Amino acid sequence: MKRKNHNNRQVELPNFCHLGVALRIALTVEAALAAGAIARAPDAVAFWADFIELSALAQPALLLTLMGLCAASRWLRSQSYRWGVSLTLGLGVATPVLATLWLHPLLGEIGLVSLTGVAVFAWMMGVGLLSYFNLRSRALSPAITEARLQALQARIRPHFLFNSLNAVLSLVRSDPRRAEHALENMADLFRSLMGNANQLAPLEDEVALTRAYLELEQLRLGDRLQVDWHIKKMPADALIPPLVIQPLVENAVYHGIEPQPEGGEISLNIYLSADKVHILVRNPIATEVSHHKGNRIALANIRERLLLHFDLDAQLKLEPLGAVYQVHIVIPYTRERTQPAPAPAHRR
Amino acid sequence: MNAPNPPLRLLIVDDEAPARRRLREVLADCAEQLAVEIVGEATHGQDAIQQVQQHVVDVVLLDIRMPGMDGLECAFHLNRLDVPPAIIFSTAYDAYACQAFDLNAVDYLLKPVRADRLVRALTRAHSLNATTLDRLREAQPKARTHLSVNERGRIVLIPMDDILYLKAELKYVTVRTPEREFLIEESLTRLETEFDEAFIRIHRNCLVARARIREMGKLPGEEEGHFLRLDGLEERLIVSRRQYSALREKIKSI
Repeated sequence: MKRKNHNNRQVELPNFCHLGVALRIALTVEAALAAGAIARAPDAVAFWADFIELSALAQPALLLTLMGLCAASRWLRSQSYRWGVSLTLGLGVATPVLATLWLHPLLGEIGLVSLTGVAVFAWMMGVGLLSYFNLRSRALSPAITEARLQALQARIRPHFLFNSLNAVLSLVRSDPRRAEHALENMADLFRSLMGNANQLAPLEDEVALTRAYLELEQLRLGDRLQVDWHIKKMPADALIPPLVIQPLVENAVYHGIEPQPEGGEISLNIYLSADKVHILVRNPIATEVSHHKGNRIALANIRERLLLHFDLDAQLKLEPLGAVYQVHIVIPYTRERTQPAPAPAHRR
Repeated sequence: MNAPNPPLRLLIVDDEAPARRRLREVLADCAEQLAVEIVGEATHGQDAIQQVQQHVVDVVLLDIRMPGMDGLECAFHLNRLDVPPAIIFSTAYDAYACQAFDLNAVDYLLKPVRADRLVRALTRAHSLNATTLDRLREAQPKARTHLSVNERGRIVLIPMDDILYLKAELKYVTVRTPEREFLIEESLTRLETEFDEAFIRIHRNCLVARARIREMGKLPGEEEGHFLRLDGLEERLIVSRRQYSALREKIKSI
C-alpha cells in the first residue's frame, strides 16, 4: 500500500495509471524504436517506412501493455518491491509477445521482427524503465521532501520581531513581570519556528503557541486587537502540521487589524466534524489594500505543506464573507504519529 | 556639544503605545547630552499634522508604518507648511524604505532605538525638501489617503474619499469636493497614476471618482457628445470622444 507518510518511504513501483508514468513509458519505447530504425535504415525514406511499420506493430502491443499494467497496478504495488519488479517485467514481456502472435496474421509477412526479438526488446525496455523509476522514486523520497518542508516552514515577519522586541523593552522598567512573560512567549514562538517542520504536532500545542503569539501582538496593539476563541469543541489530541494556525492568525493581524486605526476582532474556530479537523480564522477586511502579495505567499506556503503532509485529503479554502475574510482549513483527524517520534519535547 | 541651547521641541508619532513609551524613556536617559521637550504624541499621520500646527515643533519623530495615513505621506503633507519641522523617520523593519533613505541621505532610526543613535539623529535633524520626499514616495508607491493645500499658512487636508473630480487648468489642478473647490499644484498625469484604482479619466483634463459616477448620458442636439453626472454635483461633466468607449467598459465593470 502507498503510505501517506512521506518519510521512511521505501522505493516502490510507480503507479502505472498515472498519466506521467504512462507517457514516460510510451515515449521511451517510441524513441527506442526510432533508434532501431535509424540503425537499420540506409536512407531517410527507408527509415520512415521502417519506423512506421515497426510502430504499427509496436503501438497496439504498447497500449495493451500499459492497460494491463494499469489494471494490475494496485496488485503489483502491494507485492514486495522485488516481486513487483519481476511480475511487472513478466507482464511487460508477455503482453507484447502475445500481441505480436495475435497480430502476425493480420499484418501478413512483414519479416521485420521475430518473436525472440520482441521479447528481448520488451525485456530491455522493461529493465531500463524500471531502473529509471527506481532512481526517480529515490530522488523524490524523504530527504528532498524534508528539505522542501523545511524551506516552506513559516517564517516570522521581521517587522513583527523588531516591534515586539521594542514593546518588551518598553516594559522592562515599568512592568518587569510582563516583560518576562513576553520574553517567554517569544522564546516559545522562536523555538517552534526553528523546530522540526516535518513532524506533526498536537493541536493543543499549536493553539498554545498561537495564544503566545497573540499575547505579544496585544502588547503592541493594545485594545485594537480583540480575539474571540471558539475552541471548546476542539480535538486537543489531533495531530496537525506545525505552524499552520499561527501564520494564519499572523496574516489576520497584519492584514485585518494593523491597517485599521480602530482595530478589530479576530475569531478562531476549531472543531471536529465527520472525522476531520476544521480550523477557521476570520478577520475584518481592511479598507486599505496595500500588501496582498505577502498574504498569498503565506497561504500558498501553507497549502503546499498541507499537500506534502496529507496529499489531497486536506483542504485550504479562502472565503470572503462580506466585510470578513475567512480562511478555512480541513485536515484529516489523526491521533497517532505516522512515524517514530525521536524528540517528543520539542515544544513548551 | 550644544550645551545652553533651548530644548528641542519634539513630537512623537507612532501607532503603538509601547513604542512611544520606549522613546520617552530613551529621551529621558539622554537628557544630559541633549535637552528636549516632548510637546505631544500622535498615533497616526492626521493626528500628527494637527498637532504640529497646534504646538511649535522643531522635530517630528515619525513612524513609517501606521494605519490610515502613514509616515511618508504625513511628511509629504507637513512639507506644505511655510516652515516645515525637521523629520526623523523610524521603522522596525522596512527594507525598501531604508534603502530609499540611504540613497537620499535621509536620517532614520531603527526600532528598538538606541540612545546614542537617537541623540546623533536629533542633533543633525533637518527638514526634507520636496524632491527628496518625492523620491522617497516613489520608492514605495502607495496612493495617498489625502491631498493637501496650504491655505494662509495652514495645511488643509482633503480626504480622497470626499473628492468628486480633479480637473487640470493651466498650472493647477482643481480639486472638487461636494462643498467647495481647492487648487493644488500637482500634475494630473501623476495623480492618474497614483489613484489609478479610484479615479477614471473622462477627458484630457479631467479625472472623476469611480465610486461617485451616477449616470452617463447623451448631450441633446449634438452628435457623439456625452456627459457624466456625479453624486452630489449639479454640474454635468463632458466626456471626450476618445475616452467614451473605454469609460463605458469601465463603468460596466463596476
